[in-house]
Amino acid sequence: MVSSPQPEVVAHSKQAAGPLLSIRKVAKSFGQHNVLRDISLDIAEGEFLTILGESGSGKTTLLRIIAGFESATSGEIWMGGERLDPLPPYRRRVNTVFQNYALFPHLTVEQNVGYGLRIAKLPKDEIASRVEQALTLMKLTAYAQYKPSRISGGQQQRVALARALVNRPRMLLLDEPLSALDANLRRQMQVELKSLQREVGISFVFVTHDQEEAMVMSDRIALLRLGELEQVASPREIYSHPATAYTAQFIGHTNLLRGEVKDGVARCGSLSWRTGLRDGPGLFSLRPENVRIGTGTTDGVAVRFRGRMLRQAFHGATELLQIECADGLVLSVRAASRQSWQGELELEFSPADAVPVRESQERN
Amino acid sequence: MFSRAYRAAITLPPLLWVAIFLLIPYLLLFCYSFWSVSPSQEIVHSWTLGNYNELLTKRVYLQTLFRSMWIAARVTILSLLLGYPLAYYLSFHAGKRKDLLYQLVIIPLWVSYLVRAYAWKTILGSDGVLNTLLQYVHLTKQPLEFLLYSPFAVVLTLTHIYTSFTFLPIYASLEHVPRNLVEASHDLGASPFQTFWRVIFPLSIPGVLAGATFAFVLSLGDFLAPLLLGGPSGIMISNIVVSLFGAAYNWPLGAAISLCMLVLVITLLFFSERLEKKWSFR
Repeated sequence: MVSSPQPEVVAHSKQAAGPLLSIRKVAKSFGQHNVLRDISLDIAEGEFLTILGESGSGKTTLLRIIAGFESATSGEIWMGGERLDPLPPYRRRVNTVFQNYALFPHLTVEQNVGYGLRIAKLPKDEIASRVEQALTLMKLTAYAQYKPSRISGGQQQRVALARALVNRPRMLLLDEPLSALDANLRRQMQVELKSLQREVGISFVFVTHDQEEAMVMSDRIALLRLGELEQVASPREIYSHPATAYTAQFIGHTNLLRGEVKDGVARCGSLSWRTGLRDGPGLFSLRPENVRIGTGTTDGVAVRFRGRMLRQAFHGATELLQIECADGLVLSVRAASRQSWQGELELEFSPADAVPVRESQERN
Repeated sequence: MFSRAYRAAITLPPLLWVAIFLLIPYLLLFCYSFWSVSPSQEIVHSWTLGNYNELLTKRVYLQTLFRSMWIAARVTILSLLLGYPLAYYLSFHAGKRKDLLYQLVIIPLWVSYLVRAYAWKTILGSDGVLNTLLQYVHLTKQPLEFLLYSPFAVVLTLTHIYTSFTFLPIYASLEHVPRNLVEASHDLGASPFQTFWRVIFPLSIPGVLAGATFAFVLSLGDFLAPLLLGGPSGIMISNIVVSLFGAAYNWPLGAAISLCMLVLVITLLFFSERLEKKWSFR
């Protein structure tokens, strides 16, 4: 996909509005174990990109390769017009927010934040004013003289952010920085982090295993599965048009309908609808919220069917129903929390909501 | 929660132990240090400050004490200089060889101190291994006399013996330095050298202090190395105590010196403990 650039191309690419970071065919193996295979990914200036994946998907390894803590087995990483991967971490203009913050326990909050600037040997008064500014931005001024062990997890989190951002990196790498926080603080930090990113305008590369977090915060999500990119798209796109069965199931909740396409008609058990797909086996993702109870709509092409209520689970704003169709197929259906349903129900969905997805490949 | 009988049963043994092996001996030592010896070599059980007066006025005691401290200080510095890089290498760069190397550093601890001191005697003596070798390769014509029976020999032997003792706490404290702090430092632009001085070394200070205290206190009170290898110029304070309790038969003066040493060591431990606390951040 990406050919290795000629030197003259490199010279120009600084001016060109190309990607800020370009990951080109990066692979990583530990002994026999391939952690990453053939990853190519561009990250734009000012973008909030989330690398999403389960544990063992290689997401942290990919981040560590960008930061320089691990070296790729093959492939290249470019930033602007400069090749990044041969540089040691301390020569890269990226900064990292670590999973457990990695604050220096022997330094005060202020000293932690000023660490990178002192290393860069900036003038004393500039260090002081930038540290001050960062502490104010993160609402940490009151804790400037505290050691990290004396402040709360949320505050430590903000120190870690301030310590990284104060250096004005071209890119900020965040390795599951919210995973140690409890649910409420976590949701609050998601919003704060997103608005912070808009404010500073720096590219964020955010690693998480939490698909909801990824959807709330990101401009784009790169879904990693077993060391390969499954899909890279905006949260809306990846949710409404998952490319593969794995994506559909990992991001949000879905019904996978396995069936056949023949003569422009998709058939899954007793359900069938018109489709523009070519003949052959078909796999469709149908989101539970896209199945409606009742047949009151005027949707002329809606697929209508009957089903029997099996279970109902309360999820706050919505209810998740398990419904068994005539042929034994069990569908999840999401409905507003207003009532309880029982017995036989009439249901429908629009054919457009049955999104064709690719079978996810088995790997080992 | 526990019955009184049970609590008494579990606290009594350690209490007894402390009383029999620590309190009573020290109390005796304390009393002896204020008694005196009659010309007919009998202990006079009346209180006097004479021993302390003699200790402070006779040159030989203070001089030997200072020499002991100077030897101990050199041993401390040398074993830190040897032990720290070793511990650092093992903890950060030894990779798969770590366990093996660790065992290799520890093994000498299982060998009797006496044997190791004798080994140095064999190496440093005038027809010892080192002198024979130096003459064999014609670097020297005569055996080097300063090698054995000198403060040098004592420092060398004690350094050899106590480097393991400084290595252990330093290694332990280095092992406790979270590795992501090193990564964070690199991430913030610090070179490995800067990272060492700004992050790793400060966090290993408790280990350095513990190691230094071990080496200093143990060397200060050592009597075997000076006895075997020190010669007249390498006499240390413990040798004087030993002879006062033995041949010289002046237990009161010996007790007074011991007590001074004890106070010195306890003061040292107290301050090293406080410093260690100041430098630990967990």
